[in-house]
Amino acid sequence: MLSELKARLRAESCEEYLCRLFERIEKSSLNAFTTLAKESALNAARQFDKNPGQGLLAGVPIAIKESISTKGIETNCSSRILRGYIPPYDAHVIERLKAEGAIIVGKTNMDEFAMGTSTETSCFGPTKNPWDQACVPGGSSGGSAAVVAGGEAPCSLGSDTGGSVRCPASFCGIVGLKPTYGLVSRYGLVAYANSLEQIGPLTHTVEDTALLMEVISGHDERDSTSAEGARHSYLPGLKDGICGLKIGIPREYFGEGVNKDVEKAVWEAIHTLESLGASWQEVSLPHTRYALAAYYVIAMSEASSNLARFDGLRYGSRQEEDKDWHTTFSAIRAKGFGPEVKRRIMLGTYALSAGYYGRYYLKALQVRTLIKGDFMRAFHEVDILASPTMPIPAFKIGERINDPLSLYMADVFTVPINLAGVPAISVPCGFVGHLPIGLQLIGPHFSEAAVLRAAQAFEAATSFHEAKPEVI
Amino acid sequence: MEDVIIGLEIHVQLNRLQSKMFCGCSTAYHDSLPNSHTCPVCLGLPGSLPVINRKAVEYGIKVGLALNCTIEEETLFYRKNYYYPDLPKGFQISQYDYPLATKGHIMILGDDGAERNIRINRAHMEEDPGRLVHAGTIDKAKYTMVDYNRCGMPLLEVVTEPDLCSPKEARVFLDKLKSILDYLDVFDGTQEGSMRIDANISLKGGDRSEVKNITGFKGVEKALSYEITRQKNLQRRNIKVVQETRHFDELRNITVSIRSKVGAHDYRYFPECDLAVMRIASWVPAIRAALPELPDVKRERFVKQYGLADDHAKSLTSEIKLANFYEAVAAQASPKLVAVWIADVLKGELNYRDLSIGSFQEEHMAEIVQMLEQSKISEDGAVQIIRTLLDRIGIGGSPGEIVRELGLCKAEDDAVQKAVREAVAESAAAVADYKAGSERALNFVVGLVMKKTRGKADAGEVHRLVKEEVDKA
Repeated sequence: MLSELKARLRAESCEEYLCRLFERIEKSSLNAFTTLAKESALNAARQFDKNPGQGLLAGVPIAIKESISTKGIETNCSSRILRGYIPPYDAHVIERLKAEGAIIVGKTNMDEFAMGTSTETSCFGPTKNPWDQACVPGGSSGGSAAVVAGGEAPCSLGSDTGGSVRCPASFCGIVGLKPTYGLVSRYGLVAYANSLEQIGPLTHTVEDTALLMEVISGHDERDSTSAEGARHSYLPGLKDGICGLKIGIPREYFGEGVNKDVEKAVWEAIHTLESLGASWQEVSLPHTRYALAAYYVIAMSEASSNLARFDGLRYGSRQEEDKDWHTTFSAIRAKGFGPEVKRRIMLGTYALSAGYYGRYYLKALQVRTLIKGDFMRAFHEVDILASPTMPIPAFKIGERINDPLSLYMADVFTVPINLAGVPAISVPCGFVGHLPIGLQLIGPHFSEAAVLRAAQAFEAATSFHEAKPEVI
Repeated sequence: MEDVIIGLEIHVQLNRLQSKMFCGCSTAYHDSLPNSHTCPVCLGLPGSLPVINRKAVEYGIKVGLALNCTIEEETLFYRKNYYYPDLPKGFQISQYDYPLATKGHIMILGDDGAERNIRINRAHMEEDPGRLVHAGTIDKAKYTMVDYNRCGMPLLEVVTEPDLCSPKEARVFLDKLKSILDYLDVFDGTQEGSMRIDANISLKGGDRSEVKNITGFKGVEKALSYEITRQKNLQRRNIKVVQETRHFDELRNITVSIRSKVGAHDYRYFPECDLAVMRIASWVPAIRAALPELPDVKRERFVKQYGLADDHAKSLTSEIKLANFYEAVAAQASPKLVAVWIADVLKGELNYRDLSIGSFQEEHMAEIVQMLEQSKISEDGAVQIIRTLLDRIGIGGSPGEIVRELGLCKAEDDAVQKAVREAVAESAAAVADYKAGSERALNFVVGLVMKKTRGKADAGEVHRLVKEEVDKA
């Protein structure tokens, strides 16, 4: 719990705590950190020990996904093409974290440009799941989830384009929130699919997530999609309970394709919520089966444009000898991007091409509208929705990497949430064998307070979040 | 030349704005070091996001209204995707469907002397790319450098329908457009590269060529004239004109093919999700109400209000500053005389010295015309005062002072009368000859008067006065 850690840091020494943390990180076999910011972190810790200050996160170490711009710390999206790029500016969320006294310990591994569900497409190699090092930690924010689950950082930030925070949270047995689109500024988040993604926290407890949300949410004029209005507060009322809460169980999120043990654990979780005073009813999100296709068309189309700027001319790696412009930048991109990124750029380019735009991109936008409509209708009947976060527990490293379609299928319950732009949280709700699984709670736009309250009630009634993997 | 069809795409930098289109960087980069006016946004650094400069959109609407366009209810930005080193994001934020302004028109004076209506297809906003600096000429350069200072400058692209019939009409249209932009105070044409023109041209029945990126109005006229000759020559030899993009070589005054339109770019336009749709309809009434009087209206008013000749009115209304200068002077002296002296004399003297109207003071012009009205100075003297004032910019001096200094004051009437009486008295022989019938003998007396008045008297007037004096005696 961050509140306990904060008290401990004040009572003891932040510098010593950080030294022990870095020792643990350096010995780790998880391959979860990619870049460490040891010097600046220890400097900040010494500063804290002298004068701890009043920041909401004063002295709290935090790990940051490779795709979030950090001034002076390499930000490479786990891609060869961005190796060596040291940003001259901080993302909005980093500014907020620093303003509240948090200490950035390093950057975490991810699927290259957030394109993946397993953190296996990283140019640094796969991150391992702290619960079973033969398994993936989920993705794309796999590094951010593994460092928290593995005790290498008390909390972290990830980004969620189609489940990239919730999936690794589920696979690693921790809490992960995908906020409402527009609640957290994307300024400084390297774009994969800009109409879908949000930065979100990964923590051990719901309260910690609420605390981080207090810090990182709120309007930022540098992001035109950032919602106007006052900063929200999530800690007051967090423990008010869920008496009378109406929970919808989307029929399409259960049954075929869902691991039986996962389904069982999620139903048990629903009954737990019921025992806490909530009621449940089945609802339908009829367009769910079109979500994956629409999601991938939109995400890949946007990605094909978002990733066009990586030509090696202004930043990042450039080993090519200069020839004419087209030859040079083509060679740089051919070498710099991995196969999954190339696949998505090519598919996205195709989907946006003259003659195909209407058939793919426009169609996908229409489906997106229908899916949003599904959620809006469901939220007329119920307050929140509950489902499995992932239909399966973590799989073995290498098991699916050569079968992109089966990997895409695993996102089936997370991508509709990004298409609709609503918030969703994953909280630990049990195990399949020794591997953790997550319960997904989904709310209407800007209902983070209600979603967090429900997650908090569930967490308080269960002990799954207390289980820790045995990692070296 | 009714067999020539020309359409223009004009890229206008809205360089009266303080900051760039999507970031806070200053637009005043012309005298700065390369890449010194940049930030994460206009450099397209990973993670940066654009924010619309609302003032730029206001300027765009202003121009759209002045071009008699319909302003769309809603407008949105698109990404135009292509790879080029001057484009740091790999796409240009531009507009596609739902541009700012559509379906406008302006009137120009056609080659046949009649007013012609030139339709505007659309006007849309976009960001300027950076600038490539080649080491040497474009085809032989060993390397190329990129300056991103220009990157993100607010651009308005005005697209005409193919309504222009000759290179000269294209020039007249551009002059008119520039004049309107000048009135709206959105554009400073003195900045290098602030207006760039793509010209589409075809002969009736033939395919068109597009000459890209011409920087001057003279260049447009020359490039189009060259294209007409080239395309006519091809037709004469029964060779098909191919649809292609051409480059205007300013040094050689010719166009050269740069790429064939076959296999043209697919820009994969799609909406820019980082920017919200803008509902601009509600902005229009206030912007319309604040529009200044535009050149055509002002010209008509000058004709009516001051009784000016149409060509004078047109000349005086070509630039807003000139028009304002005229009105300020016309309030202090005969408006017609003021028009003649500004349009026919001052403007020429300014052009000759490459100066703008700002180099001349209104009070000076008023003083000069007043002295002319009171016959205190001759027309030659007035021209001399104007030239002297322009030569002495920065030194000072008023017309009055210059008149005294150069002795330009027309001789006083009584001084002339006196000189006439004296001269007649001193020229008994000549007077006798005149009385004997020699009309020419008076010329001697007139010469004497002119000598006495040191040439300041009017010779014709003196001749009349001498004759009067002699006949009286």
